[in-house]
Amino acid sequence: MYPDDLKYSTEHEWVRMDGNIAEIGVTVFAQDSLGDVVFIDLPDVGTEIGQFDKFGEIESVKAVSDLFSPVGGKIVATNPGAIENPETVNTDPYGSGWLIKIEVSDPAQLDALMDSETYESTLE
Amino acid sequence: MNHNALKKTVLHETHVGAGAKMVPFGGWDMPVQYADGIIAEVRAVRSSAGIFDVSHMGRLEFDGPAAGLFLGTVLSANMPAIRVGRSKYNFICNEDGGIIDDVMVYHTGDDRFLLVVNAGNTDVDLEWINPRVSAAKKISDAGLSDANQADFTMTVITDETAMVAIQGPDAVEIVDGLTDGEASNIRRFRIGKAIVAGIAATIARTGYTGEDGFEIIVATADGVRLWLTLADAGAVECGLGARDVLRLEAGLPLHGNDLSTDTNPFEAGFGRFAYFGSPGYVAADALRRISQAEPRRKLIGFKMTGRGIPRSGLKVLSGGDRPNVIGVVTSGTHSPTVDGGIGMGYVEQKYAETGSQIVIDVRGRLVEAEIVDMPFYKRG
Repeated sequence: MYPDDLKYSTEHEWVRMDGNIAEIGVTVFAQDSLGDVVFIDLPDVGTEIGQFDKFGEIESVKAVSDLFSPVGGKIVATNPGAIENPETVNTDPYGSGWLIKIEVSDPAQLDALMDSETYESTLE
Repeated sequence: MNHNALKKTVLHETHVGAGAKMVPFGGWDMPVQYADGIIAEVRAVRSSAGIFDVSHMGRLEFDGPAAGLFLGTVLSANMPAIRVGRSKYNFICNEDGGIIDDVMVYHTGDDRFLLVVNAGNTDVDLEWINPRVSAAKKISDAGLSDANQADFTMTVITDETAMVAIQGPDAVEIVDGLTDGEASNIRRFRIGKAIVAGIAATIARTGYTGEDGFEIIVATADGVRLWLTLADAGAVECGLGARDVLRLEAGLPLHGNDLSTDTNPFEAGFGRFAYFGSPGYVAADALRRISQAEPRRKLIGFKMTGRGIPRSGLKVLSGGDRPNVIGVVTSGTHSPTVDGGIGMGYVEQKYAETGSQIVIDVRGRLVEAEIVDMPFYKRG
C-alpha cells in the first residue's frame, strides 16, 4: 500500500526521486478517502513552487481537495494521462496516476518527509 | 462531529459491515458510498437497480376524519384532489412563502395520510406543525369551530419503521418477484400494501433518482431482512453520494441546497406544486402574491462546456466581455451519466434563458457553461 522507495507528506502526497527530479502523486489513503477522482487541475510546466505549497486541485464526485507539493522547485512535467483519465489516480496512484514532476531546488527538503513505515503509522 | 451523537438507522451495522463509508447527514450517521464507489453505484441505478437506506427521512402519520383538512393548512397540496392510494410532491411554506421543506404526502387509506420529510428538516417541520396541531385542538375544545376539525392524530413513525428505496430499470421486476407480482399493480406515484418476501410492507412507486422504482416501508425489526433480500435479488447497495448525483441528473432539487426559507416554489420553478387554495392555508396569501409577480430570479440547470466541476456556493457570472455576477450555484457535481459537470443555481430572471452562455467562477478560474433545460437525464 505504501512502497518503501517513496517519501510521504502529512498531506498524503508521495515523492519518488530520480536524480534531482521528484515524481509526485497522492497516496492510496488519499485516493481512497477522496473516492472516485473525476477532475484534476494542475499548474503549467515551468511554474516555481515552494515546499508544501498548494500546486493544484483534485476533485472527486463529492468534493474538492487541494494538492500540496511535498518538495519545492520548478515543475518540469505534468501527467496528461491523469488529467485526461483522472480515475488512474484511483487505479494506479503510484504509477500511471502520478501528477507532476519537479526539479528539486534543495535535496535537504526530503528530510522533512516520512518513510513508508512512519507515514503508515500516522494513518492508524 | 462526534459520531456517537448521531442517530443510526436499523441498517447502520449492515452498512458498516459491508464496508460503507459513513458520514454525518441531517443528524444521522449514513453511508455516503459502498466499496465500489459513487460512479459504480450511479451506473448500477441507471442500468439495473440500486437500493438506498432512506430510513433517516422523517415519517409522520396523520389519522382521522379531519387529517386531510389539517394537512391543507400546512401543505401546498390540494388535499381533496389526492385520492386514496395516490401521492403528491409539495412544500411546507412559511407565512412569507419561503420553503421550510419539500415533502411527499401519500393518501394511504381512508382518513389516513403519510408525510415523508427530509431527515435534516424533521425537527424544524415538527416545530412548525406541532403548534398548529395544538391550535386546531384548542379552537375545537373552546367550541370556536366545528369539533370535527380536531378529529385527527399525528404520530411520528420514523423510529418504528425502516424505509428502503429500490430504484432503476430492473427495480419493478425485482420487487414483483418478491411480491407475487403485486408490486407492478401499483402505478407511478401510487402507494399500497404488499407482502415483500414475507414482510408486511407499505410500498410507494416513488423515488428521487429519475428512475422507476419503489420506496418500501416496513417495521424497524424487518429492515435488515428487507435490505438483504433486495440485495440478494440483485440490487446494488448505494449511498447518499450516488443519491445526490442521481437526483441532480434528474433535475430534482435538494432542500438546504436548491430550496430554503429564502426561496419560494415559484422562483424554484415548482409553481405547479404550490397550491394555495386550501381553507386556512398558512402560506396562501404569500404564495398567491408571489404567483402573480414576475420572479426576480429563477432556478436554472446548466452544463459545463469548459473544464471544471460546479459546486454549491460558486458564483455565476454572465457571459461576454464584461462578466458580472448574476447568481449562485446551489448544487453541482460531475455527472457520470452526462459525462461532465452539471449544476443548478439561481440567476437573475433576465439571464435565465435556456441556451444562454454563462460563466462559473471555480475558485478564481472562470469556466464556461450553458443554461440547459432540466432534467439532465431522462429515462428511456
